[in-house]
Amino acid sequence: MWQFLKNYTSPRKLAAIGIMGMNQRNCLYISRYNPRNLYPLVDNKLLTKKIAQKSGVTVPKLIGFIRHQYEVRNFETLVKSRASFCIKPAHGSGGKGILVIVDSHDGSYIKPNGDALSVSDIERHITNILAGLFSLGGKPDIVLIEELIHFDNVFENYTYEGVPDTRVILLKGYPVMCMMRLSTAASDGKANLHQGAVGVGIDVRTGRAVRAVQYGRPIENHPDTGNKLLDLKVPQWIKVLTLASSCYEMSGLGYIGCDIVLDKDKGPMLLELNARPGLAIQIANAAGLLPRLRKVERLVESDVRMTPAERVEWSRKEFGVYESDD
Amino acid sequence: MVSRGSYYFLVAFLFVLGIGLMCYRHFAFEVPWFPGTMRSVWSVEARVEFDPAENEPVTVKLTVPGTQDGYTVLSESSASPDYGFSFKKSRGQKIAVWTTRSASEHQVLYYKMNVLEDPNATVSSQIPVPRTDTSIVESDANLKILNNIIQNAREKSADAISFTQELVQILNTSDQETALLKKNGNRSRLIVKMLDIADVPARVVRGLQLKDKRRRQSLIEYVEVYQDGKPELINPDTGEAGNPKDFLLWEYSSQPLLELKGGSHSAVYFSMIENHVSVKTAIQSKFAHTELLNFSVDSLPIEEQSMFKQILLLPIGVLIVVFLRIIVGIKTSGTFMPVLIAMAFAQTSLGVGLIGFLTIVSIGLIIRFYLARLNLLLVARISTVIIVVIGIISCLAVVTYKMGLADGMKLTFFPMIIISWTIERLSIIWEEEGSHEVVVQGLGSLFTAIIAYLAMNSLFIQHVTFNFLGLQLVILAGILLMGNYTGYRLTELKRFKPVADEIELMSEKKSSDDADEGSGADSADRK
Repeated sequence: MWQFLKNYTSPRKLAAIGIMGMNQRNCLYISRYNPRNLYPLVDNKLLTKKIAQKSGVTVPKLIGFIRHQYEVRNFETLVKSRASFCIKPAHGSGGKGILVIVDSHDGSYIKPNGDALSVSDIERHITNILAGLFSLGGKPDIVLIEELIHFDNVFENYTYEGVPDTRVILLKGYPVMCMMRLSTAASDGKANLHQGAVGVGIDVRTGRAVRAVQYGRPIENHPDTGNKLLDLKVPQWIKVLTLASSCYEMSGLGYIGCDIVLDKDKGPMLLELNARPGLAIQIANAAGLLPRLRKVERLVESDVRMTPAERVEWSRKEFGVYESDD
Repeated sequence: MVSRGSYYFLVAFLFVLGIGLMCYRHFAFEVPWFPGTMRSVWSVEARVEFDPAENEPVTVKLTVPGTQDGYTVLSESSASPDYGFSFKKSRGQKIAVWTTRSASEHQVLYYKMNVLEDPNATVSSQIPVPRTDTSIVESDANLKILNNIIQNAREKSADAISFTQELVQILNTSDQETALLKKNGNRSRLIVKMLDIADVPARVVRGLQLKDKRRRQSLIEYVEVYQDGKPELINPDTGEAGNPKDFLLWEYSSQPLLELKGGSHSAVYFSMIENHVSVKTAIQSKFAHTELLNFSVDSLPIEEQSMFKQILLLPIGVLIVVFLRIIVGIKTSGTFMPVLIAMAFAQTSLGVGLIGFLTIVSIGLIIRFYLARLNLLLVARISTVIIVVIGIISCLAVVTYKMGLADGMKLTFFPMIIISWTIERLSIIWEEEGSHEVVVQGLGSLFTAIIAYLAMNSLFIQHVTFNFLGLQLVILAGILLMGNYTGYRLTELKRFKPVADEIELMSEKKSSDDADEGSGADSADRK
């Protein structure tokens, strides 16, 4: 009995270090700061892309989209001669239904893990997306075909197959906490922490790794590449944060998670917005969200208006773990 | 956003209203909080016999009891053909009246009543206090003895009751005087006579000792003494005060028990049978005439009742799901799927239900994996799964039936569409997040379903939900309250345990570092 209880911590302790729970997130942040009518903007990636382009936020380029079953056959003409691209459902969440093609020749399409897919395989995937297999509530969906992101070389040795992205939690446009999600062999190239991806807590001030976890336990090296995770540092960090911060004006949502990727050529790009960002970021950073969120709330209450750049500056000052850049 | 104040007001209002309705049901209609309590209903039969006079109209008047302390009269009837039957009221008591133009030969009339043993029963109509008749003139000798006894008893007593008890005591001592008195007949009447002389209001009452399966019983006399306007029964033989056990007062208003006009040789005998009925039945018959106020499921036709009862149990299941998801944090596949599964368990019994559910879902999953390779559109695929599930259920039902297990037939109570969606969802989870998550969510759903089943199947909970509709409001208030719970879920205490320990460790280290700072210069050097 006592052995069993040892696996549990006391709620008082969690509250003392400011860990945010699911109920608290849903009740105090999501439902308070995210107006319901704005959800479609982030739940539908096609809409996200449109408003992002309107407000000048960089996003991966859209090759085309498929709305109806009869358009599925047009798929080959859509991608034309492009060797690499990415297929995703507009209403997907948590990386569900994303198909990455890194290379293609003679009607066979190569996945990052080397598997070859035929045209009919891809058409079936598109059909599944359209039917709503990956969308919330199984509603009919739209298929997006995007240009593949060529991620920055810095991350080359920190990921297994997938695209490493940076998740920034924003409250009212203030970056509050950040982490990188690195896919592993265990996570099958996906960036979901509970499937075995590595979460790396990132210092808001410097963009340097604070610590790394896999399956909720701290680790030092990437399980597949063996690289030391604490050496990780996100380049163009201020740009990344500013891009994330400007998503607040763009979406109107007060509490969001921005997933940002670094393209080799085009710099930081907004991959997707999440109106219900998860709580694992606290484990990756070994820090509670609540003290930081409350700090931002106090600032916002005093009716301060700042530009994204100013907000990033404020957050970097307040939420740093390391002293500023060397 | 609605303000906090009105939210708490709403919750409190619903809660108080719900509890209030429940208490109202409990106190006004005597619905017990717990099921299974039984009550006795006595069927008492009075048999009136007499020989009618030739060619004379006959009128028989029998004084009959009404609702009184401890007993509620549920129904009364008379089985006497050829007689007109009616009731009239006299001095606060009911009188059954049989009339006929003429009768011949020995006549037997029956008066039947059902009486509920009912601790909440109170006197239905006021009986006038007897007037003391001081004009009694006995033969001088007796009056003197009586006065002596009265004098004696008065000295040793404080009030009407102890006075009466003292009279009984004196009568019980066997000396010459009392023996002489007792010889003159009826003891109760003697006591009442003495009480009359002493100006204490009293009367002889007659009642029936209730004993199961007794026949040809007679009434027993008691002395009813009024003290401060309140009647109290006193046993004329022992002087014991208070209502005797299982004693139904029959005649208690100073009237003759039986009056016969146009006949002779009359006699009344009583027989009785005890029936045990559930409180529900007892209450139903007691409040049969107040249906408007007695708003409950019982006022519906039987067929609709069972349907309605199922619906009333749903909120219990929903409450459990809300609790397990918000407070405990159990993952289920489909929010309210476990409730529906639990309702199916209620039909099949838990063991059969569990085995059936696991079998259906596993076979369904295997078939669903094959379907995944067929590259079907979603709606068509789910429809296929539905038909497959129906097929599995039918096969299982038939096979188990042939094997002699009648329980297998009950598998058809499973909600097939819901199970199909469960299979679909689980298989997608399997593909996307691996078998581990399927097991977690599958077991979470089953666990929730079992808890919901146990709750919905508990006799107590069924009793309370069926009989107290106010409970629904209390459940509603509870769910509203939980909807505002922002504390940690139980599973989060486990999830964040490692990180919490780590942060604690870090801050301890930091604070010890800070403390070391003064003398820390050389220790840092050594590092």
